[in-house]
Amino acid sequence: MIINTDIELQAEASIEWFLACNEEDVPENGGACIDYKGEQIAIFNFTRRKEWYATQNLCPHKQQMALSRGMIGSAGESCEPKVACPFHKKTFSLLSGECASGEDYTIKTYPVKLSAGQVFIGIQ
Amino acid sequence: MLLNTEIIYYKSHIYILFDLNALKTENMTTTKPAVVIIGNGMVSYKFCEKLIAKSSNFEIIVFGEESRPAYDRVHLSEYFNGKSAEDLSMSPLTWYADNGIHLHLNDPVQEINREEKTVHTLKGINQHYDYLILATGSSAFVPDIPGVEKQGVFVYRTIEDLDLILAYAANAKEAAVIGGGLLGLEAAKALIDLGIKEPHVIEFAPRLMPRQIDQAGSKMLQMKLNELGLRIHLNKSTSRIGGEDKIDALHFADDTQIHVDMLIISAGIRPRDELAQLSGLKTGTRGGVVVNDYMQTSDESIFAIGECALHEGMIYGLVAPGYEMADVAVNTLCDSEKSFSGYDMSTKLKLIGIDVASFGDPFIAEPDCRSIVMDDSHKGVYKRINISNDGKHLLGGILVGDATSYNMLLQTVKNNIILPPNPEDLILGSRGESANDGSGAMSLPDDALICSCESVSKGAILHAVKEDHITTLDGIKKCTKAGTCCGGCVPMVKDLIAGSLKESGIYVKNVICEHFNYSRQELLDVIKINNVKIYDEALDHFGKGDGCETCKPVVASILSSLWNDVIVKQAPTQDSNDRYLANIQKGGTYSVVPRIPGGEITPDKLIILGQIAKKYALYTKITGGQRIDMFGAHVNDLPDIWEELIDAGFESGHAYGKALRTVKSCVGSTWCRFGLHDSVSFAIEIEERYRGIRAPHKIKGGVSGCVRECAEAQSKDFGIIATEKGWNLYICGNGGSKPQHAQLLASDIDKETCIKYIDRFLMFYIKTADPLTRTATWLNKMEGGLTYLKNVILNDSIEICGQLETEMQGLVDSFHCEWKEVVTNPELRKRFVHFVNAPEKKDPTVEFDTFRTQIKAKDWL
Ligand SMILES: Cc1cc2nc3c(=O)[nH]c(=O)nc-3n(C[C@H](O)[C@H](O)[C@H](O)COP(=O)(O)OP(=O)(O)OC[C@H]3O[C@@H](n4cnc5c(N)ncnc54)[C@H](O)[C@@H]3O)c2cc1C
Ligand code: SF4
Ligand code: FES
Repeated sequence: MIINTDIELQAEASIEWFLACNEEDVPENGGACIDYKGEQIAIFNFTRRKEWYATQNLCPHKQQMALSRGMIGSAGESCEPKVACPFHKKTFSLLSGECASGEDYTIKTYPVKLSAGQVFIGIQ
Repeated sequence: MLLNTEIIYYKSHIYILFDLNALKTENMTTTKPAVVIIGNGMVSYKFCEKLIAKSSNFEIIVFGEESRPAYDRVHLSEYFNGKSAEDLSMSPLTWYADNGIHLHLNDPVQEINREEKTVHTLKGINQHYDYLILATGSSAFVPDIPGVEKQGVFVYRTIEDLDLILAYAANAKEAAVIGGGLLGLEAAKALIDLGIKEPHVIEFAPRLMPRQIDQAGSKMLQMKLNELGLRIHLNKSTSRIGGEDKIDALHFADDTQIHVDMLIISAGIRPRDELAQLSGLKTGTRGGVVVNDYMQTSDESIFAIGECALHEGMIYGLVAPGYEMADVAVNTLCDSEKSFSGYDMSTKLKLIGIDVASFGDPFIAEPDCRSIVMDDSHKGVYKRINISNDGKHLLGGILVGDATSYNMLLQTVKNNIILPPNPEDLILGSRGESANDGSGAMSLPDDALICSCESVSKGAILHAVKEDHITTLDGIKKCTKAGTCCGGCVPMVKDLIAGSLKESGIYVKNVICEHFNYSRQELLDVIKINNVKIYDEALDHFGKGDGCETCKPVVASILSSLWNDVIVKQAPTQDSNDRYLANIQKGGTYSVVPRIPGGEITPDKLIILGQIAKKYALYTKITGGQRIDMFGAHVNDLPDIWEELIDAGFESGHAYGKALRTVKSCVGSTWCRFGLHDSVSFAIEIEERYRGIRAPHKIKGGVSGCVRECAEAQSKDFGIIATEKGWNLYICGNGGSKPQHAQLLASDIDKETCIKYIDRFLMFYIKTADPLTRTATWLNKMEGGLTYLKNVILNDSIEICGQLETEMQGLVDSFHCEWKEVVTNPELRKRFVHFVNAPEKKDPTVEFDTFRTQIKAKDWL
């Protein structure tokens, strides 16, 4: 695998981090919704994998503000992390934002940073 | 440095890979031959799909006259039943872009210059081609009847046509369709869907669907269609359309007339060969672009496929042969050998819920064959099969009213299978012997075509199962495309999967999902034996990966069926409804349903429900289970609403869980003059006994005070009906999409026995059913069926009754109101917010419309 740390750090430098909440505000292995200047962002505390993810809260299928209330899990041998919308169970990769239920939707994903118990979401 | 004390989750790897790819494609220069396709209908789309799958050596340019990318015309009528244009679309615009296809919509080609090899479009594009594909389809044929230009006269071909019809139908009362063929009847059905009562169907021929069925079949079909409210006129020729600017009548050659405000003409199709004619390509006298076996027109770099192509004097007005033509053209372009040699026009369809099918040669008659006919006007079934004079082969046939045997019959014709000694069994069903178990499909030869839309053979499906180990229907659809178009072959594909697994000695079990290789029953056993109490533990020991939306609720339901713990403590593994202890509704608000046992409620409690609904601006409705549902609650308000309900003596109704819903009751002997026993008291007792218990699916009960059955107990998972001597207990009934009557388990039993049997029955169901399986389906799938189940519950044949009763009593004793738990626990209450960083703020995107003085959720966008 080629990992180009330079590009990673460059991208990192252009990110503006905002304080979303404290770690314990998001249920373990579940999600919560963050209000960021009128934008709704779903944030997921994937305790089982010791990972955090953030995506738009809007499900593109029927335009419902619901992804933060969806169940998270993994798909396939590669264990791609995903979230399932509670309405019609369309699933989306938490990494790429692509819909895995055969539809052509992509949701926005955001980087997440943890520092001293606080959770930050990165906006580019 | 940055990363030192912080953890960053970022998708950068994928980012870089994309970048490299982008660089690569940009540097590539293209000198590929240009394939230009005129028309972007179903066949054009299939051609593109097949061409890119086979080769990347072509530049593909498509011109479409319609404003939308190709859509599923076959299912066009579903546009009237709620499908959107987007739902019907074969693929979104991005698909074309992602595959490097240049698509120009709304831009019909107006001229082909064969010398310069260019096409010229309406918007002024001049496009060079190396190969040109005509996929222009056909248009509705409009006969030359005076008055066809009047307002209110429509054809039925495109989404635009349907939009116009939709708008006009709003003001129309009486309507007619000219044409009693397949499309005409479909249009008539659409008129009914649009609210037109008893539309007329006018057919020139002496029978309906003249291309598919015979006179007797047509009679049967006509009888059934009449029952459904169609007024059918045969042998009628329309001479004139009456009215000033707008249509107001149809006048016929026999001097009769009918009044109509709207007309759909569906009298056949006309191949769109106008461009071909203009450019001097050979066309048929009655329309169509003449093609050879390789789909080439009289100019070898120009091809025609789909409904515009005329092959051996034949226009194929169905999609499957069009797809086959697309495949042949793609193969020819890619220099592989494939030719078109005609196509079987067998069809099966459902017309307004009536099966109609014709296959092979439906019309061949004596003395060229012998026909066996079954004409049962009582059941409304007509079947005819034509067999060879030596009795050995099936040549074709017609089915009206019941086409379940269509697939097998069609395969018997196509594969020239030798008939059994009593060929009438083919349509009467073999009497006395057990039903077909899938061995039917397995006995076909390997080259039997199972999916004719995508031309997938039996061999290909078996190969996918045996060699590639694909064992699910979805998997087979993905890998072979079988069953993805009209879906008619799906039952056969399923039989083939099951059959070939059986053949290879593989034990077929319903595993929960990719994360747990167990059936629900097996998982319940291991969880119980190993005393597992939380989801992650189960996943670590018995599963793999990180779980998903399928296994999480299943395990959560097993855990609560076993230990009856507080649901909200394990909230995120619960289905969203269980997580918020309420049902999520359109728009993202929740509904609130307190328990009203047996449907009995005091005036004071009714008043309180009204006050609460008013205070929180909720929509109220009485449910089918005799309670009151309140809709439109913000997640933030849920704990407050429930606090007030609990203070007033209500408790959770578990409408959000896979659990007991209600036990419906009639008023019974306390008031009803027929009542034998007190059905309400019994219903309350039972509802309170089983409330809150989690199960593989929801459970409903009912109790009626006498045989008049006002509580509809026989449509419930368990139903109790009072008799002179006691109670009759029925089990495994179901309403919903597949209604099924409950079956009698025991009669004239007393209350205590009745409860004992229900304990055993429910617990056995909870322990052994697959996820999301109602009791009716559970019983239908059970080996040994009701006899076996009776033996288990009544005769303790597998010696578990004692255990079942103890386990059930354990669940009954550990009941708690889940909402009470939340309302009194500040930590749990905190979870009921929309924004964690702004707990007071409600979701600002929630909006309601007003509707009959209440609110309703905004429609889906
Ligand atoms: C209501 C209805 C129900 C049907 N039900 C069934 C069924 O149950 N089973 C079945 O097998 N078949 C059914 N059919 C028939 C099936 O839809 C057709 O066989 C199929 O759509 C033919 O595909 P095609 O691509 O050849 O033509 P089309 O789908 O008609 O596509 C041709 C396209 O080319 C465009 N075009 C024409 N000329 C030009 C030009 N000069 N420049 C650019 N674009 C042009 C047209 O606008 C059109 O969009 C049904 C049809 C209808 C209308
Ligand atoms: S089922 Fe019998 S007892 Fe109950 S309401 Fe109807 S008639 Fe009366
Ligand atoms: S709204 Fe999300 S899946 Fe339908």
